[in-house]
Amino acid sequence: MNYIFYGLILFSIIFGAISGRLNDVVNAILSGAELSVKVAFSLIGIMAFWLGIMKIAQECGLVKILAKFLTPITKILFSDVKSDNEAIGDIAMNFTANALGLSNAATPIGIKAMQELQEVNKDKNSASDAMCMFLAMNTAGFQIVPATVIAILVSVGYKNPTEIILPVLIVTSIAFISAIIIALIFKNLWRGQL
Amino acid sequence: MISILNAISLWILPIIILTILTVGLIKKVPIYEVFTDGAKEGFKVSINIIPYLVAIIVCISMLRASGFIEYIGTMFSGIFEYFRVPIDVLPIMIVRSLSGSAALGIFSDIAHNLGPDSYATKLAAVMVGSSETTFYVLAVYFGAVGIKKFRYALLTGVLADIIGIVAAILVCRFLV
Repeated sequence: MNYIFYGLILFSIIFGAISGRLNDVVNAILSGAELSVKVAFSLIGIMAFWLGIMKIAQECGLVKILAKFLTPITKILFSDVKSDNEAIGDIAMNFTANALGLSNAATPIGIKAMQELQEVNKDKNSASDAMCMFLAMNTAGFQIVPATVIAILVSVGYKNPTEIILPVLIVTSIAFISAIIIALIFKNLWRGQL
Repeated sequence: MISILNAISLWILPIIILTILTVGLIKKVPIYEVFTDGAKEGFKVSINIIPYLVAIIVCISMLRASGFIEYIGTMFSGIFEYFRVPIDVLPIMIVRSLSGSAALGIFSDIAHNLGPDSYATKLAAVMVGSSETTFYVLAVYFGAVGIKKFRYALLTGVLADIIGIVAAILVCRFLV
């Protein structure tokens, strides 16, 4: 991450200088920093709401029930996490919310899952295999209904916007399964290297 | 079809919330206290991720402002013609892992300029619809728990994104 961070900034400055856009690059620092805080602040309210709801789901045992349904799958994918860990239930909830396109609900639940994975993580600075697998599932962006895209298609007068659902479902499934396979391969390749 | 989908997306959240609250009440969980207890966490987490978000979002904003993405576009235009992929969708391929709002912005631009019947609009729709902002997801989730070494998480995300792009091109060629 150190090299990526350094590389991105160095590269942007050099490239900006060559293309005569150094001024834009410098301005981007300010606007990017501002945007980050905006993103974080816009998360506060919905984050509080969903973590509140999730806490109730957890106290009354709903998360555990959901987790039990998914145990056969999660056992393979998250072999280093005990199947009675709360994280497993939260991962299942996060996946469900993502698949339904409820990213506002998925993020807080996903963060909660990460915190639970962090508790059983041996090196607190470094991502565990379970975390990498969980994020592989998340970054692949499995989604059943791409609501925003459909809304834009409707706005430009697309006749049958729902025809986009099947191709999206196929593509997103391919990406999702590949992400899991890649994470499983890397898990073995990266062993010992932290 | 679309009205069914709309109904599902309208009802799904209320049903989830009501189910959780109802089961909580039946199981005699003090739902109000438990709710506010959990909600307090939300505030802390949102503040904790700010440093990580700043690092990632500033980097990506700088990269976009430097004009690098357009440059890549002109460099690869030959390959694109060869595979019969409209060059208009190239910015989406590069941007979609970096910024969700930018990808949506480019997509609505394509949809407005090229019209609903163009192949580029369809391909762009599939690409945007099947993507997730990998860098943002990593920043938020790792930031929330203070992980500094991402190990193979970033590489996995980027590789899966590339597979997704290839899959989108192939699926669109045969299905749309």
